[in-house]
Amino acid sequence: MTLTATAKAAPRAPGSGPDDTRAASVRRTWRRLSPYAYIAPFFTLFAAFGLFPLLYTAFVSLYRVELQTSGDMEWRGTANYTALFTDEYFWTALRNTFTIGVLSTVPQLAMALGLAHLLNYKLRGRTFIRTAILLPYATSVAAATLVFAQLFGRDFGLINYVLGLVGVSPVDWQTGTVASQIAVSTIVVWRWTGYNALIYLAGMQSIPGELYEAAEMDGASRWRQFVHVTLPGLRPTIVFTVIVSTIGATQLFGEPLLFEGSISGGIAHQYQTLGLYMYEQGWGFFHLGRAAAIAWVMFVLIVVLVGVNALVVRRRVRREAGR
Amino acid sequence: MPIARAARRATVRIGAVVLAGALLAACGSDASDSSDSANGKVTLTVDLFGSFGYKEAGLYKEYEKLNPGVTIKQTDTEDEADYWKSLQTRLAGGGGLADVQGIEVGRIASVTQQQSDKFQDLSEFGADKLKSQFAEAKWSAATTEDGKILGLGTDVGPEAMCYRTDLFKQAGLPTDREELAQKWSTWDGYLELGKQYKKKAPAKSAWLDSIGSLYGIMIGQEKERYYDASGELIYEKNPAVKHAWDTSVKASDAGLSAKLDQWSPQWNQAFAAGSFATIPCPAWMLGYIKGQAGDAGKGKWDIAKLPGGAGNWGGSYLSVPRAAEHKKEAYELIKWLTAPAQQAKLFQKQGNFPSSTGAIEKVAAAKDPYFTDAPIGQIFGDAAKASPVQVLGVHDQNVAQQLTNALSEVERKGTSSAKAWETAKKGVANVVG
Repeated sequence: MTLTATAKAAPRAPGSGPDDTRAASVRRTWRRLSPYAYIAPFFTLFAAFGLFPLLYTAFVSLYRVELQTSGDMEWRGTANYTALFTDEYFWTALRNTFTIGVLSTVPQLAMALGLAHLLNYKLRGRTFIRTAILLPYATSVAAATLVFAQLFGRDFGLINYVLGLVGVSPVDWQTGTVASQIAVSTIVVWRWTGYNALIYLAGMQSIPGELYEAAEMDGASRWRQFVHVTLPGLRPTIVFTVIVSTIGATQLFGEPLLFEGSISGGIAHQYQTLGLYMYEQGWGFFHLGRAAAIAWVMFVLIVVLVGVNALVVRRRVRREAGR
Repeated sequence: MPIARAARRATVRIGAVVLAGALLAACGSDASDSSDSANGKVTLTVDLFGSFGYKEAGLYKEYEKLNPGVTIKQTDTEDEADYWKSLQTRLAGGGGLADVQGIEVGRIASVTQQQSDKFQDLSEFGADKLKSQFAEAKWSAATTEDGKILGLGTDVGPEAMCYRTDLFKQAGLPTDREELAQKWSTWDGYLELGKQYKKKAPAKSAWLDSIGSLYGIMIGQEKERYYDASGELIYEKNPAVKHAWDTSVKASDAGLSAKLDQWSPQWNQAFAAGSFATIPCPAWMLGYIKGQAGDAGKGKWDIAKLPGGAGNWGGSYLSVPRAAEHKKEAYELIKWLTAPAQQAKLFQKQGNFPSSTGAIEKVAAAKDPYFTDAPIGQIFGDAAKASPVQVLGVHDQNVAQQLTNALSEVERKGTSSAKAWETAKKGVANVVG
């Protein structure tokens, strides 16, 4: 429709008749509205599969709903939330989520940075190595975790066997609080380090080579080059990976669930994360209302975390601009 | 198309179930593709947990031969808790259900009291005529107050004690089952023998697998456990629960346990490795031991009477969900599988003890070569006759799991009994709440 109108209008002198102004206004309107039409599919899908479940979860969280009798809903108001804040296991899960998050995110990003720096050199078989470090990421959580659970086995695990060779008595990787959290974090680190390294590598390659050349001429060592050229150049990339990893850590679920096959995160909730706690309430005990409340608390938590992150970054940037 | 509708219903009902429902509905669709009722060909899907042993005992093959056109497909989840979870999700979504679903006895009260509308009333197909075939307690547990029959009983779980004769010999203990039964006629006697074992035991070998299984078998000797007959939760003040708990803690304090979680991979590995000398075993555990310990374990195991009297642990039902595709054919299958002849055959091959009265008589003389020709028909038959009729509650299974978890904490983390009990109470409150 619009296109034909434009075509017809074209030969005439501009602004010569009422027809022409109408065509122009249609064109203007289309130009203004068409972006919305193009992005509409995403937002329609988002509304159906993102927004609706989100709101419906909020609605469910105000009721007592049991999976076995999901037809009967009983109004509870905010009781699901208040019950949460007096539940010791909620706080345990929150604390665990934080400690496991730190235990996995920090070494993961540090190692990724180092790896990326090494991969940035001219190496033989560079492409192969770059692809290879992405392999853990391509492995499914389930497969990886099951293998790691075997490695970390108390009686027949490879890690305890190796520790035994150097005279360390066997560690019960599943029962100890610190030991189990380290074990779970190891799986996360193993899976995500390569992925982050590739992102860093991409960021590093956008740093102009002249900077390195200049630094080298000034006699800067490789380490100083890394600290004074690479790191500042990578700042936006680092911020991005920190935010993504934070979100990932807050939602950590598959690894702790499959590590021992326990929905309680071990016999004493010693590595139960928030995601697992929600799963235990919803799919272990079938309290869907409570699970929905936990889901919302997690959602708010992530929004706050990301917000704080963004705020810190923005303030940094402003401070630097002012300098 | 009913699958698409089921998936849509799931979306409306519970947003969170959407994904699971849709995925499972997708699984369900391939079953409907492969069945073609018009040709008189039916594919029946059977979804079970643990080891029911039908396939291993060749019963499916036999049924397929008897009923040309019927194909049976079985799926199996090792851990019942995982199985129950996925079954509940599918029941809520209404899609992806098998034609036959297994139900553990600890869940049957939940089915009859909370979900009677989700399972097919089998009396519509004439199941009420089968009543006289089954042990009374087994039958009544699957019947609702208004007389709906929601499942047919498979096995029951009369209890005994399985032990490794080779390890006993190495530790200088007697290996004769009669003599042992006398020595451990009480639980104290059993723990005492354990202490003797520990003194001369082979390296890396404990007296029993876990105190969780000790607790489980002891609680099976009781009539009233977590609920009373009126449906009230009474576990906290029940002396029977306390007795089983305290004995388990005693075993842990004496260092008699290999500290293995039941159903964990480590536990599975330990059967062959000889990490424990005794394991309290309900009849259905025999098949599991055979599976885990393998051919190499043949002749190394034996079975004796359980300390402290007879008991029952577990046993299951076969049910047909309302949303099943071939309800009538499914009923015919479970009627056949739970009939005396098949139950007897299953016991002889797999050790699952029959709940059908006719079958119990048939197997009285059965012996099991894997377990040094132990007279399993007699041992488990006596236990089945003497074991109490148990009061079942809605959350039986989950309450038991919380208590067992807390006991694991005692044996694996060294938590004090009092603190673990508090943990268990909190866990139960969480389950029921």
